[in-house]
Amino acid sequence: MNLRYSEAAEAFGAELREWLAEVLPALPPKPARDDWPARRRFDTDWQRRLFDAGYAGLAWPREYGGRDSSPSEQLVFLEETTAARAPDVGVNFVGLLHAGPTLMVEGSTEQKARHLPAILRGDEVWCQGFSEPNAGSDLASLRTRAVRDGDDYVVSGQKIWCSFGQVGDYGELIVRTDPDAPKHRGISWLILPMDLPGIEVRPIETVLGSSEFSEVFLDDVRVPVANRVGAENDGWRITNVTFSFERGTAFTGELVDSRTLVDDLAPMIGDPHQRRELGKLAAELDALFALTQRNVTRAEQTGDPGPGALMMKLAYSEWRQRFGELSLRVLGRVGLDLDAPEGARLVEERLRTLALTIAAGTSQIQRNIIGERLLGLPKEPKPA
Amino acid sequence: MNFDLSPDQEALRDGIRSLCEGRFPSKRVRDGFDRSVWRELGDAGVLALRADGFGRADAAVVFEELGRAVVPGPVVWGYLAHGLVDGVVSGVDRTTGRPGPVFVEHRDVIDALVVLDDDGVRALAASDLDEGAAVERALDPLTPLHRVELPDAGDRLGGPELAAAWRREGAALTAAFLVGLAAGCTELSVAYAHERRQFDRPIGSFQAVKHILADMAVRTEVARAAVHAAACTLDDPGVGDAARAVAGAKLLAGEAAVDNGRAATQVHGGMGFTWEVDVHLYLKRAWALGTVFGTSGDHADAVAATLPSFVH
Repeated sequence: MNLRYSEAAEAFGAELREWLAEVLPALPPKPARDDWPARRRFDTDWQRRLFDAGYAGLAWPREYGGRDSSPSEQLVFLEETTAARAPDVGVNFVGLLHAGPTLMVEGSTEQKARHLPAILRGDEVWCQGFSEPNAGSDLASLRTRAVRDGDDYVVSGQKIWCSFGQVGDYGELIVRTDPDAPKHRGISWLILPMDLPGIEVRPIETVLGSSEFSEVFLDDVRVPVANRVGAENDGWRITNVTFSFERGTAFTGELVDSRTLVDDLAPMIGDPHQRRELGKLAAELDALFALTQRNVTRAEQTGDPGPGALMMKLAYSEWRQRFGELSLRVLGRVGLDLDAPEGARLVEERLRTLALTIAAGTSQIQRNIIGERLLGLPKEPKPA
Repeated sequence: MNFDLSPDQEALRDGIRSLCEGRFPSKRVRDGFDRSVWRELGDAGVLALRADGFGRADAAVVFEELGRAVVPGPVVWGYLAHGLVDGVVSGVDRTTGRPGPVFVEHRDVIDALVVLDDDGVRALAASDLDEGAAVERALDPLTPLHRVELPDAGDRLGGPELAAAWRREGAALTAAFLVGLAAGCTELSVAYAHERRQFDRPIGSFQAVKHILADMAVRTEVARAAVHAAACTLDDPGVGDAARAVAGAKLLAGEAAVDNGRAATQVHGGMGFTWEVDVHLYLKRAWALGTVFGTSGDHADAVAATLPSFVH
């Protein structure tokens, strides 16, 4: 057991630090939260710079243009980019961390060739189309229907909570292809080109007063059968492959970034009780980072990050909300002004992170998963 | 970086686990600490880990297993004082400067007592100590206490630097023991939730119970990562801030053990409130260990002191 990075990982970090020091000062200012076209430009431009410098798709295999880095190097990348306050993954999130990895494992040769290089270069932005108004935690009860008609599926229904719906070129869409099968067996996973006729995207105004998510209405949209990922009616299994990426690693960047928030809040606290509280939160964040290092080690050794990965999403999202509460108490009435320079980032983050314990599987669903998969407890009986 | 148990550490863990299962079943543990416990732990090499060339990460693996079995006795003091003090040894930490009685643990069994204070570390022979007044009803039945007036005498083992080093290492290994308590509570509770039936089904199938158990497992895993990180940092100070890592580990392990002890009581229902079920032994030890090698408040303050300071 040791925590010392390999010489190769250290060298990688040093080289990356140098590159960041060179490129970050030349970046344009970050666009406004609700200016989606500008956000798309900014985030995809950053992705293109990473690509040109050889830092795109660290986790991706070389055959798809990635760097095939070890999980340790990926962690070093997140530590260095966060410490330098470089842009985060932004609108490239679904493509890089969700859809891309899913296509690598489950996509056809054509689908991989068509989409993976484009995602990596920042040429293609993806959005998500999983949840429906009546299929949230019980996602498998989804009702958006796809009826086969020649070489197309004709898709009708409604999706909700589509991250990056306004700027997505493609959506990851799950639909019901067999209404008569048991609910987990009649689902298929489709690549949805967002410019097809019959698609309407309506932004949802969130508690932030901005629009991180959209509703997507599908009215007889003709999606080519060639856009299906995997076999017909095997979509639930593929969706769980997607989730394993989302819940396993997608939060590591946020977790590392949280250290900068702790360091930002600390100089604002004179009250000894609140400092003690922040000390405890800092200790917990250190521990979550150590657990991440454990998961990274397991992933390197066995290919499976182990039980810690199942726990990370739950533990991190709840930590983040407790931290947010402390930051609001520290700010006091200054925190009532969303544009006050002292605390704007902290207050906005408090609002944004209200979603963390809901999105990507609520904390309640995470506890069921830990209880049933890890502790082997029986499922709750179905109501009679 | 290889932040997982090495094959040697896995073997060490399995060896201590089977020692505990064979020699320290609940019935024996309930008889409390005596010289035979000390001898058997000594024979197994638990007290001589440092002299035998094991690092703190190895020791953390061992002490977690002792906690899992709620093994009684001043094992952390035995580890710290090994090679410097002969016989059965317990200790008291007076460095925090808090007023209050000096409680000596296991007064009736020990040969010597080590004292940490602002001047350093000294050892007193048990024969030089007052008999003291036995605490009739100790909160933890497996940690018997005497109120003792400490004499100023004793053999000086080292100065303030040694006291600080022992405090840090003692906190790290106590934290490992506490993670073992937290893990032991989780295992007892998961087993009970499988076996106990109400409304014609195992209570572990109900989400209200399942979620308590999930939280216990998460607290244990997070605290274990903190303890292992602290132990690795003590072994290789170049990888981080040892003071911060140890403080965080003791804080989180202490809270995990107490929270899991309470949760285990709840999951066991009425049985959790009985003397017969072991859960209270875990919770009481967690409370007792929360008072040594720094309290959770001390450790939270220590971590806070490493953060950027207040700017007016």
